[in-house]
Amino acid sequence: MHAELTTQGTATRIDGPLLFLERNVEVTLGEAVDVLIGDEPPRTGRVTSLDDDTIVIEVLETTRGLSLDALRVRFRGEPISMGVGPGLLGRIFNGIGQPVDGGPPVAAVSQRRVDAPAMNPARRALPRDFIETGVSAIDLTNSLIRGQKLPIFSSGGLPHDRLAIEIARHARLRDARAGEFAIVFVGIGVSYDSAEAFRRAMEDSGALGHTAMFLNLASEPSPQRLLAPRVALTAAEYLAFDEGRHVLVILTDMTNYCEALREVSASHGEIPSRKGYPGYMYSDLATIYERAGSTRGAAGTVTQLPILTMPADDISHPIPDLTGYITEGQIVLDRALDRRGVYPPINVLPSLSRLFDQGTGKGYTHADHPALAHQLFASYAKATRVRVLASVVGQEGLTASDRRYLAFADRFERELVAQEGARHLDESMAVGWRLLGDLPRGELSRLNDAQIARHVPSGPPSERADG
Amino acid sequence: MPPDATLPMSEARIRAISGPVLHGLARGPFVVGEAIEVGNARLPGEVIRLDGDAFVAQVYEDTTGLKPGDPVRGTSAPLSVALGPGLPGRIYDGLLRRLDGGDAAARPCRGSPSCRRSARQRRLARRGDRRVRGAGPASLCMLPPGVGGTVVDIAPAGEVEADATLAVVRDDSGREHRIAPFHRWPVRRPRPVTQRLPADEPLVTGQRILDTLFPVARGGRAAIPGGFGTGKTVLQETLAKWCHADIIVYVGCGERGNEMAEVLDEFPRLVDPRNGRALMERTVIIANASNMPVAAREASIYTAVTVAEYFRDQGLHVALMADSTSRWAEALREVSGRLGELPGEAGYPAYLGSRLAEFYERAARVESLCGREGSLTIIGAVSPPGGDFSEPVTSHTKRYVGCFWGLDRERAQARFYPAIHPLQSYSVDASRFATWWTAHGNDNWQRQREKLLALLDEQAHLERMARIVGKDALPAGQQLTLIAADLVNEALLRQSAFSPVDRYCSPARQSEMLRLVMRFIALSREALARGMSPDEIASLPVLRRLQRMGEEVGEDAIASFAALWPQLERELAAPGAAVAETGDAR
Repeated sequence: MHAELTTQGTATRIDGPLLFLERNVEVTLGEAVDVLIGDEPPRTGRVTSLDDDTIVIEVLETTRGLSLDALRVRFRGEPISMGVGPGLLGRIFNGIGQPVDGGPPVAAVSQRRVDAPAMNPARRALPRDFIETGVSAIDLTNSLIRGQKLPIFSSGGLPHDRLAIEIARHARLRDARAGEFAIVFVGIGVSYDSAEAFRRAMEDSGALGHTAMFLNLASEPSPQRLLAPRVALTAAEYLAFDEGRHVLVILTDMTNYCEALREVSASHGEIPSRKGYPGYMYSDLATIYERAGSTRGAAGTVTQLPILTMPADDISHPIPDLTGYITEGQIVLDRALDRRGVYPPINVLPSLSRLFDQGTGKGYTHADHPALAHQLFASYAKATRVRVLASVVGQEGLTASDRRYLAFADRFERELVAQEGARHLDESMAVGWRLLGDLPRGELSRLNDAQIARHVPSGPPSERADG
Repeated sequence: MPPDATLPMSEARIRAISGPVLHGLARGPFVVGEAIEVGNARLPGEVIRLDGDAFVAQVYEDTTGLKPGDPVRGTSAPLSVALGPGLPGRIYDGLLRRLDGGDAAARPCRGSPSCRRSARQRRLARRGDRRVRGAGPASLCMLPPGVGGTVVDIAPAGEVEADATLAVVRDDSGREHRIAPFHRWPVRRPRPVTQRLPADEPLVTGQRILDTLFPVARGGRAAIPGGFGTGKTVLQETLAKWCHADIIVYVGCGERGNEMAEVLDEFPRLVDPRNGRALMERTVIIANASNMPVAAREASIYTAVTVAEYFRDQGLHVALMADSTSRWAEALREVSGRLGELPGEAGYPAYLGSRLAEFYERAARVESLCGREGSLTIIGAVSPPGGDFSEPVTSHTKRYVGCFWGLDRERAQARFYPAIHPLQSYSVDASRFATWWTAHGNDNWQRQREKLLALLDEQAHLERMARIVGKDALPAGQQLTLIAADLVNEALLRQSAFSPVDRYCSPARQSEMLRLVMRFIALSREALARGMSPDEIASLPVLRRLQRMGEEVGEDAIASFAALWPQLERELAAPGAAVAETGDAR
C-alpha cells in the first residue's frame, strides 16, 4: 500500500454509483477513496475493479452533483477502515462511522478494516452460554445462546422492533455473572422514528450508556447500507475482543441491506440470480452474519439479532431463505397470531434455534428443559394439524383425543406464547408443564416416565379413566 | 509431484482484477488448470482460460490489495495437494493447508514451526521385498500411483521429516524412485484403481430410517436435500459420527464456521463404538466457511474427494460428507458470472450437471492398485432455495445419486428428527442388500421393508381422506392403520442424534426393534378382528413402551427387548386385558 494520492481530471464516466477513472496512479483493489468536489464534505467510495487502463470506484454516497472535470479523487492507500477506541459507547454514528450526535470524534487507538477476514473455524469457541431473554417462546423452545446469530423473521406492521428492544433490555445470564455488557444497534435504511424509538427506549431503561448506535436512515444513500453493518460489527468486535464485553448486535432491517445490494449489483451490470438479487448474496450475507461468535480465550462475545422483514410475508423469498441458511436458526413472527392479539406473535413451529441442544439441559439450564421443549413442539405440531382438520370437518369429526389437542393449541398460544412483561425460564417451564397436563399421557412420547411423574400435573378426573 | 526443474517457470503480470477473477498477460506458456502464485504475497490460484498471450485465472484468497502489474508465477503443475501420513484428526482449508496452527483469522499457516509436518513411519516393507506396487501402503505412507518394483533401501522405523527419503524402489526398467512420506496429486484427476467392484454391501449408518428403509451402498452416492432448518447438518454430522467407515472426510463447503468448531469440539470426545478409539482419529475436516474466499470453496470439494481416494487406495472404507454441494454450485456460478459465461438455468453455468456428475462418479467400491478392497461413499447435502426440490442443483444431483434422502420441513417443525420424509425418499441400492441382512441376523428384511413402505404410503392416503370425512368416520381397520403408522414413525423412524442411548443403532438392535413393531402390527390386526377397538389398542401400555424403546433399551441391553414380547402378546391376546393394567402404568 502507499501514502495518500489525489487525482483530478481523470474521470471518464459516472454511471449510477460507479465512477470510472483513467488509471494513471498505482492503486490497489479494495482501497478506500474520498471523492471531493468543491468544498463539500468528502464522499466515501472504494475501488471495486481494476485493469490496465481503468479504475472503477463504487461511490457509497450519491453521485448527484459530481462532474467529470471538477471532481478530485483522494486514494487513502488502505481499505475502508474504522477507528476504534474507548468511548464508542453512548455515542451515535452514521452508516460510515462518523459521529452524528454533535460530539467529538472517537479517540481511535487503532484503525480496523471494516470487512474483517473470516474467523478461523479452528479457533472459534463453541457458543454455550444460555441467555435468558425473558420471552417464553424464545427461552423455552428456541433458546438464544451467547455468540449465536439468531434473526427475527418479521413482516411489515409486526412488532419486531418492540421485541428487539425488550430482548435488549432483559437479556441476562442465569447465574448473574453478567460480565460487561454492551449493545450495538445498527439501523439500516430505517426511518428516523424507529431509530428514535430505540434510542428513547434505551435511554428510559438507563442502558444508553452502554449502547452504540449506527444509523443509516432511509433518506440516506443506499450504497452506504452496504457499509453500515460492517462498520458497526467492527466496533462490536472491538468492544468484545479488546474490551472483553458481551455485545448484542441488533441489525434492522436486513431486507434494506439486500435491496441495496441488488441495486449496486445491477449498476455493475452483473448477471442476476433469483429475483434480481446477485448470485453472491449468500456469500455476502455470510460475511456479516459469520462475524458473530468468539474465539477461544477471548473474554467477550458477539451475539447477533438481525431483523428482516419478509417481502409479502414469504419465508421462501431469497432474503429470509439465504439468511436462514447462514444463521443459527430464526424466530418467525406471525401475522395471524398478531391479529389475534398474541404478543409476542412468535410462531414457534417454523422458529428454530440450532444451538438449543448445545446450551440447554443439565449444567446449562435445567436437566428436563430439552425434553420439555421437544414434547411441546411435538404436541403443538400435532395440535396445529388437528386444527387444520377441524377447519375442514368441524369439531364433530374429531376424536375425543383430537379435541383435547385443539384446546391445547389455544392455551399454548394464549398462556405460553403470549405474555406481559418478562418471564424467568423457571416460570416459562412451569407454564409448559401445566399445559402438557391437558394431553393424554400415553402420547407424551418425548418424556420419560420419571419426567411425567415429576412435572406433569394429573389431569382433570375425566382424563384419569382413559389412560 | 514436485515441479519439473527442467521446465522454465512461466511468468505473467496482472492486467485486470475483479473479485476472485484475474486477467493476466503471460510471458511463456501456461497450461489450463495450472496452479499459479499471484502477487508478491504469492496467493494461490489456478488458470482457467487461455487466449493467446492473455489468460484468466481464479485466486483462492482475498484479492484485496492486488493491482495491475503485480507478478504472477506459474508452477508448471496442476492444482494439487500433498497426501501422506498424519492427515486425520485435523482441520484444513479448501487447499488442504492446516488451519489449526493458524491465527485467529482464517489464514492458513505457512511454514511456522508448529506446522512442519513430520511422518511417523512403521516398517512394513523390508529391503529386498519384491513387487510392491503403486498406491500400496507402506505403513501409513503410500507409494504414488504409477511407481512399483523392488525395495532396495528403506529407512528405519521412527519419526522423519516430511521431505525425508523413506525408501528407494527400483522398477522393472531399473530406474530407482525415491519414496517420500508425501506425494502430490492433482485434485481434479481421479486416482487410478485396478478395477471397480459392484457396490453390493450397505454402508451401515446406525440410523434406522436409513439402514432399514433407504440404505446406501459402500461406494454409493446419496444426497440429502432440505430447506434451512430441516436438519441437514445434524444428519451429516450424525452419519460422520456413527457410520461404519474407517475414514471420514468431512468437507464444510460454504457453511457455518461454528459447525466446524462443533465438530472439532465434539469428535475428540466421542468414541467409535466399533473400536473404542476417538472419532477424531478417523476424521479429516476440510473447512471453507461461508465467509471464506469463494474460489477456494469450488476447489474444496475436489480436495476432499482426492483425500478420500487416497485413503480408499490403502484398502479402507471411506465416507465423504459434503455440506453443502449447493454452496459449491454457487461458487461455480459466481466465478462463471465473473467470466461472463452464458448462464443456464437460475444463473448456474450450463456445465453444472457435468461437474456434479464428475464429482459423484468418484464414489466407488474398488480393487486398489495394491490389490486391496476399498470404497468411497459420497453423501452430499443440497440446500435448495426455498426448499424447492425442482431447482437445478437438486434435480441434477438426482440424476447421479442412488439414494435420495429428502428432508421435510413439516417433520422438522414438529422436531421429528431425522426429518427424512419416507415418501419423498428412495434408495436404488436397497434391492441388493437382502443377502447382507440375512447374514446379519434378519432374513426377512426385504419383506419387512416393503411392508413398512406400503404402510407409510397408506397412512398418507388415509390422512388425506380423514381431512375430508373426519377421523371418526374412517372404518376401524383404517384407524388401526393410522395407529400402526404412528408407531412406525415414533418407534423406528424417529431417532434423536443427541440421545446418548439412541444416537447409534446397530443392525442387531434395529432388527430386534423392527421385529417387535412388525409383531405389534400383526397382533393388533388379529385383536381388531376379535373385536378390540382402535381406541383400546391405542391406549395399550405396551404401545408407549414400544414408542420409547429406542430411548429405553440401549446397545448394551439388546437382550432386554425380549422382555417386551410377553407384554405384547399378553395385552393383545384378549380384549379387556389392557384395562386391568392401565392403573399400574400410571
